[in-house]
Amino acid sequence: MVKLNDPKNYSKNMKSYQPSVPYFMNCLKAFLFGGAICVIGQSLQEMYIHSFHFTEDNAGNLTSATLILISALLTGFGVYDKFARYAGAGSLVPVTGFANSITSAALESKSEGIVLGIATNLFKLAGAVIVFGVVSATVFGAIRLFIEHLLK
Amino acid sequence: MIFLYAFLVGGLICVVGQLLLDVFKLTPAHVIVSFTVIGAALDVFSIYDKLIEFAGAGASVPITSFGHSLLHGAMAEGHEHGYIGILMGVFKLTSAGITSAILFGFIVALIFKPKG
Repeated sequence: MVKLNDPKNYSKNMKSYQPSVPYFMNCLKAFLFGGAICVIGQSLQEMYIHSFHFTEDNAGNLTSATLILISALLTGFGVYDKFARYAGAGSLVPVTGFANSITSAALESKSEGIVLGIATNLFKLAGAVIVFGVVSATVFGAIRLFIEHLLK
Repeated sequence: MIFLYAFLVGGLICVVGQLLLDVFKLTPAHVIVSFTVIGAALDVFSIYDKLIEFAGAGASVPITSFGHSLLHGAMAEGHEHGYIGILMGVFKLTSAGITSAILFGFIVALIFKPKG
Protein backbone atom coordinates (compact mmCIF):
# COMPACT_ATOMS: atom_id res chain seq x y z
CA MET A 1 0.00 0.00 0.00
CA VAL A 2 1.28 3.48 -0.88
CA LYS A 3 1.09 5.93 1.95
CA LEU A 4 0.91 9.41 0.48
CA ASN A 5 2.10 11.21 3.58
CA ASP A 6 5.00 8.85 4.15
CA PRO A 7 7.91 11.22 4.82
CA LYS A 8 10.43 8.83 3.23
CA ASN A 9 8.77 8.95 -0.16
CA TYR A 10 7.50 12.49 0.15
CA SER A 11 9.32 13.99 -2.83
CA LYS A 12 8.47 10.95 -4.98
CA ASN A 13 4.79 11.02 -4.09
CA MET A 14 4.59 14.76 -4.56
CA LYS A 15 5.93 14.58 -8.07
CA SER A 16 2.60 13.75 -9.69
CA TYR A 17 1.05 16.81 -8.05
CA GLN A 18 3.66 19.25 -9.30
CA PRO A 19 3.15 20.86 -12.71
CA SER A 20 5.52 19.33 -15.25
CA VAL A 21 8.16 21.78 -16.48
CA PRO A 22 8.21 22.45 -20.24
CA TYR A 23 12.02 22.27 -20.36
CA PHE A 24 12.39 22.65 -24.12
CA MET A 25 10.00 25.57 -24.55
CA ASN A 26 11.52 27.42 -21.58
CA CYS A 27 15.00 27.00 -23.01
CA LEU A 28 13.88 28.11 -26.47
CA LYS A 29 12.24 31.25 -25.05
CA ALA A 30 15.31 32.01 -22.93
CA PHE A 31 17.52 31.52 -25.99
CA LEU A 32 15.47 33.77 -28.28
CA PHE A 33 14.83 36.61 -25.82
CA GLY A 34 18.30 36.48 -24.27
CA GLY A 35 19.86 36.47 -27.72
CA ALA A 36 17.62 39.34 -28.83
CA ILE A 37 18.68 41.51 -25.85
CA CYS A 38 22.32 40.85 -26.72
CA VAL A 39 21.68 41.84 -30.36
CA ILE A 40 20.11 45.10 -29.13
CA GLY A 41 23.22 45.60 -26.98
CA GLN A 42 25.46 44.95 -29.98
CA SER A 43 23.51 47.45 -32.11
CA LEU A 44 23.80 50.11 -29.38
CA GLN A 45 27.52 49.45 -29.11
CA GLU A 46 28.05 49.75 -32.88
CA MET A 47 26.01 52.95 -32.85
CA TYR A 48 28.12 54.47 -30.06
CA ILE A 49 31.35 53.48 -31.80
CA HIS A 50 30.50 54.48 -35.36
CA SER A 51 28.07 57.38 -34.97
CA PHE A 52 29.40 58.99 -31.78
CA HIS A 53 33.06 57.88 -32.09
CA PHE A 54 33.50 56.48 -28.60
CA THR A 55 36.32 54.03 -27.86
CA GLU A 56 35.30 50.39 -27.55
CA ASP A 57 35.58 50.35 -23.73
CA ASN A 58 33.52 53.52 -23.31
CA ALA A 59 30.96 52.25 -25.80
CA GLY A 60 30.61 49.06 -23.75
CA ASN A 61 29.97 51.07 -20.59
CA LEU A 62 27.46 53.30 -22.37
CA THR A 63 25.71 50.24 -23.77
CA SER A 64 25.22 48.74 -20.30
CA ALA A 65 24.06 52.12 -18.99
CA THR A 66 21.52 52.44 -21.83
CA LEU A 67 20.21 48.91 -21.33
CA ILE A 68 19.93 49.58 -17.59
CA LEU A 69 17.98 52.79 -18.25
CA ILE A 70 15.60 51.00 -20.64
CA SER A 71 15.12 48.15 -18.19
CA ALA A 72 14.48 50.52 -15.25
CA LEU A 73 11.85 52.41 -17.26
CA LEU A 74 10.15 49.20 -18.44
CA THR A 75 10.10 48.00 -14.83
CA GLY A 76 8.46 51.27 -13.82
CA PHE A 77 5.76 50.79 -16.45
CA GLY A 78 5.25 47.21 -15.23
CA VAL A 79 6.22 45.81 -18.63
CA TYR A 80 9.46 44.08 -17.66
CA ASP A 81 7.85 41.78 -15.11
CA LYS A 82 5.32 40.54 -17.67
CA PHE A 83 8.16 40.03 -20.12
CA ALA A 84 10.16 38.21 -17.42
CA ARG A 85 7.32 35.80 -16.72
CA TYR A 86 7.41 34.85 -20.38
CA ALA A 87 11.13 34.94 -21.15
CA GLY A 88 12.44 33.31 -17.94
CA ALA A 89 16.22 33.34 -17.79
CA GLY A 90 16.27 35.27 -21.08
CA SER A 91 15.29 38.35 -19.08
CA LEU A 92 17.16 37.42 -15.89
CA VAL A 93 20.70 36.76 -17.12
CA PRO A 94 21.35 39.92 -19.23
CA VAL A 95 22.33 43.09 -17.35
CA THR A 96 18.72 44.25 -17.77
CA GLY A 97 17.71 41.61 -15.18
CA PHE A 98 20.14 43.18 -12.70
CA ALA A 99 18.57 46.62 -13.27
CA ASN A 100 15.10 45.10 -13.00
CA SER A 101 15.90 43.51 -9.62
CA ILE A 102 17.16 46.87 -8.28
CA THR A 103 14.22 48.91 -9.60
CA SER A 104 11.51 46.44 -8.63
CA ALA A 105 12.88 46.00 -5.09
CA ALA A 106 12.94 49.79 -4.70
CA LEU A 107 9.44 50.23 -6.16
CA GLU A 108 7.92 47.51 -3.99
CA SER A 109 9.03 49.13 -0.76
CA LYS A 110 8.20 52.67 -1.84
CA SER A 111 5.35 52.81 0.70
CA GLU A 112 7.87 52.66 3.56
CA GLY A 113 9.37 56.01 2.55
CA ILE A 114 12.29 57.28 0.51
CA VAL A 115 15.09 56.54 2.98
CA LEU A 116 13.81 53.43 4.76
CA GLY A 117 11.90 52.12 1.76
CA ILE A 118 13.51 52.92 -1.56
CA ALA A 119 17.12 53.54 -0.53
CA THR A 120 17.32 50.71 2.02
CA ASN A 121 15.78 48.10 -0.22
CA LEU A 122 17.46 49.10 -3.48
CA PHE A 123 20.06 46.34 -3.12
CA LYS A 124 17.79 43.76 -1.54
CA LEU A 125 18.31 41.33 -4.44
CA ALA A 126 21.22 42.88 -6.32
CA GLY A 127 23.32 43.12 -3.15
CA ALA A 128 24.03 39.39 -3.35
CA VAL A 129 25.45 39.83 -6.85
CA ILE A 130 27.73 42.66 -5.75
CA VAL A 131 28.88 40.87 -2.58
CA PHE A 132 29.73 37.64 -4.39
CA GLY A 133 31.17 39.51 -7.35
CA VAL A 134 33.51 41.58 -5.18
CA VAL A 135 34.55 38.65 -2.96
CA SER A 136 35.24 36.36 -5.93
CA ALA A 137 37.02 39.12 -7.87
CA THR A 138 39.36 39.87 -4.95
CA VAL A 139 40.09 36.19 -4.32
CA PHE A 140 40.62 35.34 -8.00
CA GLY A 141 42.60 38.56 -8.48
CA ALA A 142 44.95 37.64 -5.64
CA ILE A 143 45.34 34.11 -7.05
CA ARG A 144 46.12 35.42 -10.52
CA LEU A 145 48.57 38.00 -9.25
CA PHE A 146 50.29 35.29 -7.19
CA ILE A 147 50.57 33.00 -10.23
CA GLU A 148 51.93 35.86 -12.36
CA HIS A 149 54.57 36.60 -9.69
CA LEU A 150 55.55 32.92 -9.66
CA LEU A 151 55.91 32.82 -13.44
CA LYS A 152 58.13 35.91 -13.57
CA MET B 1 28.56 38.39 -38.49
CA ILE B 2 29.20 39.75 -34.98
CA PHE B 3 25.43 40.15 -34.61
CA LEU B 4 24.86 36.46 -35.28
CA TYR B 5 27.56 35.44 -32.79
CA ALA B 6 26.16 37.90 -30.24
CA PHE B 7 22.71 36.33 -30.65
CA LEU B 8 23.97 32.74 -30.42
CA VAL B 9 26.38 33.20 -27.50
CA GLY B 10 24.02 35.49 -25.55
CA GLY B 11 21.14 33.08 -26.14
CA LEU B 12 23.19 30.06 -25.07
CA ILE B 13 24.28 31.76 -21.83
CA CYS B 14 20.60 32.40 -21.08
CA VAL B 15 19.77 28.75 -21.85
CA VAL B 16 22.34 27.68 -19.24
CA GLY B 17 20.57 30.01 -16.80
CA GLN B 18 17.19 28.53 -17.70
CA LEU B 19 18.50 24.99 -17.14
CA LEU B 20 19.83 26.00 -13.72
CA LEU B 21 16.35 27.36 -12.90
CA ASP B 22 14.36 24.40 -14.23
CA VAL B 23 16.56 21.34 -13.76
CA PHE B 24 18.55 22.24 -10.65
CA LYS B 25 15.68 24.28 -9.12
CA LEU B 26 17.91 27.22 -8.19
CA THR B 27 16.29 30.54 -7.28
CA PRO B 28 16.87 33.47 -9.69
CA ALA B 29 19.15 35.08 -7.09
CA HIS B 30 21.33 31.95 -6.96
CA VAL B 31 21.51 31.86 -10.76
CA ILE B 32 22.77 35.44 -11.18
CA VAL B 33 25.17 35.06 -8.25
CA SER B 34 26.63 31.88 -9.79
CA PHE B 35 26.93 33.59 -13.16
CA THR B 36 28.85 36.51 -11.66
CA VAL B 37 31.27 34.17 -9.89
CA ILE B 38 31.66 32.02 -13.04
CA GLY B 39 32.39 35.15 -15.09
CA ALA B 40 35.14 36.16 -12.68
CA ALA B 41 36.50 32.60 -12.58
CA LEU B 42 36.66 32.37 -16.39
CA ASP B 43 38.65 35.59 -16.48
CA VAL B 44 41.44 34.18 -14.28
CA PHE B 45 42.84 32.55 -17.42
CA SER B 46 41.50 35.26 -19.78
CA ILE B 47 38.93 32.86 -21.28
CA TYR B 48 36.12 35.39 -20.98
CA ASP B 49 38.16 38.01 -22.85
CA LYS B 50 38.33 35.71 -25.83
CA LEU B 51 34.57 35.15 -25.66
CA ILE B 52 33.96 38.92 -25.70
CA GLU B 53 36.32 39.30 -28.65
CA PHE B 54 34.37 36.60 -30.47
CA ALA B 55 30.79 37.47 -29.55
CA GLY B 56 30.83 41.17 -28.61
CA ALA B 57 27.68 42.12 -26.72
CA GLY B 58 26.68 38.43 -26.65
CA ALA B 59 29.26 38.04 -23.91
CA SER B 60 29.36 41.58 -22.48
CA VAL B 61 25.61 42.02 -21.88
CA PRO B 62 24.97 38.91 -19.72
CA ILE B 63 25.69 39.31 -15.99
CA THR B 64 28.78 37.05 -16.31
CA SER B 65 30.59 40.08 -17.74
CA PHE B 66 29.98 41.90 -14.44
CA GLY B 67 32.23 39.39 -12.66
CA HIS B 68 34.67 39.65 -15.53
CA SER B 69 34.88 43.46 -15.35
CA LEU B 70 35.27 43.38 -11.56
CA LEU B 71 38.30 41.12 -11.93
CA HIS B 72 39.62 43.12 -14.88
CA GLY B 73 39.57 46.36 -12.92
CA ALA B 74 41.20 44.60 -9.97
CA MET B 75 43.97 43.16 -12.17
CA ALA B 76 44.69 46.47 -13.92
CA GLU B 77 45.37 48.18 -10.58
CA GLY B 78 46.95 45.01 -9.19
CA HIS B 79 49.62 45.08 -11.88
CA GLU B 80 50.53 48.64 -10.95
CA HIS B 81 50.31 48.60 -7.16
CA GLY B 82 50.54 44.93 -6.15
CA TYR B 83 48.00 43.20 -3.91
CA ILE B 84 46.67 46.45 -2.42
CA GLY B 85 45.78 47.50 -5.98
CA ILE B 86 43.14 44.78 -6.10
CA LEU B 87 41.16 46.65 -3.45
CA MET B 88 41.56 49.89 -5.38
CA GLY B 89 40.53 48.57 -8.76
CA VAL B 90 37.57 46.23 -8.24
CA PHE B 91 34.91 48.82 -9.03
CA LYS B 92 36.91 50.73 -11.62
CA LEU B 93 35.32 49.29 -14.77
CA THR B 94 31.90 48.46 -13.35
CA SER B 95 31.36 51.97 -12.01
CA ALA B 96 29.22 53.01 -14.99
CA GLY B 97 26.95 49.97 -14.63
CA ILE B 98 26.49 50.18 -10.86
CA THR B 99 26.09 53.95 -10.79
CA SER B 100 23.50 53.97 -13.57
CA ALA B 101 21.63 51.06 -11.98
CA ILE B 102 21.43 52.90 -8.63
CA LEU B 103 20.60 56.24 -10.22
CA PHE B 104 17.94 55.05 -12.67
CA GLY B 105 16.49 52.57 -10.16
CA PHE B 106 16.15 55.35 -7.58
CA ILE B 107 14.62 57.85 -10.00
CA VAL B 108 12.16 55.33 -11.43
CA ALA B 109 11.13 54.25 -7.92
CA LEU B 110 10.52 57.91 -7.02
CA ILE B 111 8.40 58.65 -10.07
CA PHE B 112 6.43 55.48 -10.76
CA LYS B 113 3.83 53.76 -8.63
CA PRO B 114 4.28 50.05 -7.83
CA LYS B 115 2.12 47.79 -9.98
CA GLY B 116 0.41 44.58 -9.01
